[in-house]
Amino acid sequence: MKTKILTLLCIALIISSCSEDNDLNIEPISITLNFSHSWGENEVTNADFNDLKFTNDNGDQMSIEHLRYLISEIVLTHESGVITTLDDYNLVDLTNNEGLIFTTSASILPGDYTSVSFRFGFSDENNIDGVYTDLNTASFNVPTILGGGYHHMQFDGKYIDDSDAEAPFNYHVINAFDLTNINDPVNTSFQLNIGAVAVGGNTNINLNMDISEWFKTPNTWNLNEYDVDLMSNYEAQLLMNQNGASVFSVVSITQ
Amino acid sequence: MIMSCSNSETEDEYIPIPYSLEVPQIFQEKLIEPLIPTNNPLTEEGVALGKKLFFDTKLSGNNTQSCASCHNPRNAFTDETRFSDGVDGNFGTRNSMPIFNLAWNFSDRFAWDGKELGLERQALEPVKNPIEMHSNWDEVASKLQQDTQYPTLFLEAFGTSTIDSTVITKAIAQFERILISGNSKFDQHLAGNATLTLQELNGFNVFMDETKGDCFHCHGSDNNPLWTDNDFHNNGLDATFTDLGLGAVTGDPNDNGKFRSPSLRNLAFTAPYMHDGRFATLEEVIDFYSEGLQISSTIDPLMKKVNQGGVQLTPQDKADLKAFLLSLTDNEFVSNPNFQN
Repeated sequence: MKTKILTLLCIALIISSCSEDNDLNIEPISITLNFSHSWGENEVTNADFNDLKFTNDNGDQMSIEHLRYLISEIVLTHESGVITTLDDYNLVDLTNNEGLIFTTSASILPGDYTSVSFRFGFSDENNIDGVYTDLNTASFNVPTILGGGYHHMQFDGKYIDDSDAEAPFNYHVINAFDLTNINDPVNTSFQLNIGAVAVGGNTNINLNMDISEWFKTPNTWNLNEYDVDLMSNYEAQLLMNQNGASVFSVVSITQ
Repeated sequence: MIMSCSNSETEDEYIPIPYSLEVPQIFQEKLIEPLIPTNNPLTEEGVALGKKLFFDTKLSGNNTQSCASCHNPRNAFTDETRFSDGVDGNFGTRNSMPIFNLAWNFSDRFAWDGKELGLERQALEPVKNPIEMHSNWDEVASKLQQDTQYPTLFLEAFGTSTIDSTVITKAIAQFERILISGNSKFDQHLAGNATLTLQELNGFNVFMDETKGDCFHCHGSDNNPLWTDNDFHNNGLDATFTDLGLGAVTGDPNDNGKFRSPSLRNLAFTAPYMHDGRFATLEEVIDFYSEGLQISSTIDPLMKKVNQGGVQLTPQDKADLKAFLLSLTDNEFVSNPNFQN
């Protein structure tokens, strides 16, 4: 009996192998997003953290101590008009050098895509309180009293304030939540359109976050005015959202 | 055919029974799977052996102390003293850490300063530490080898009756990984089975309010029922450091004064508080975060009100916060007979 079962298993394996050979006609193609960081033209890694070596556009000397942010909703529009939205999300954690390379889990068809985009943070549809176990474990949640869901970014450091003292800042991006009008939060995540991408094989999209832009365009950020308690600061969240529009750029696309 | 031969040859070998970990519903819903090393899976025999070892004084040099001497189940596996005394009456410099929910510490760094990488490696240290159990592993292994029960128990758990530090620490780590605390009043409240008092609810809001306690960034939330981020922070205890904490481990001055955030579960059983047990009461801890922060170069920027001394809670906020923290008390955990000797 054992011999018969083994023989059947062998046949099944052979059939399965033949089937795999046939399927190889369609090669799975993945997209990898690689995240680098800079302050203007200068590269930033976590080795540059904990040092008051940066100066923002307002002239404040400052340091970076923690930086992590969420990427989600990669949307690919094929030249045929077919739109593919990938459900993946990724926590980029520069503090611990984690999530800097993010390969999408779903394969896509090769071809010319008229646009590829991703979202910084979560859309309202995906920003569901408490459902992402990895983000819960990473303590990336937003309190229910501020709308719940998740941070889009946690960015902490120190700066030299107007009285020449070292002071902390917590540049945390979440949805803008007006405590006087709690039914109408503003989603402060945003999409970045990478543009047209010809996907012939596994594709690497190399992206850069210019951290200095969070303090620069269009709103010159005064840390003395906006340093802490920004999660509950509706105005500050809207300003962060505006400044976020210019922080990412495409460095290169390789295959 | 090879597999068939192999099976017949090992027919009589005892195969340990996989241990079914009881993960609380809220952990299943909110957290990723616990970390169980593939080279030390949980088994019924391994866990039972680990428990026996945890309470066995043979692990100490003079047979007077077990792991449980400083990690008492009735105190959520810590003790009630600021510093624990070892077998020779000497005292360490750190407060004994509670032991629960360690399988969800994904950095796998243990102890206040993160010097122990992995639970198995952590279990190596106290036995040979001269101010703790003051023994050595050869001596412990020899004592256990001569015991009438242990060789058989190790054979059943690990397939070998030859006892050494590797299998001893594997067994202890297995027992430690099943110590799960997830049934406090607050857990029951989240499950819809208990109602918090108004004061406890207010305290939770103080905990979660960025402009008040702002505790959630480091100490979990209703969505992170570990009530810790298991990360290392300088929370502003000292302006200058007598204990470098993580900095002494990594050698990085930026890590000086950083210690692991402890879980806020079971605070009713785990006084005194902080890495050096400097605060005897929860009131002292809350006062410290409210008005007692000290500035230093590595203080975490999440201690955002350091220049004002702290988050400046009102007396009512403090009382409410304490009430909420005590709602994280898990009485079932400290009285669970499976965790007692």
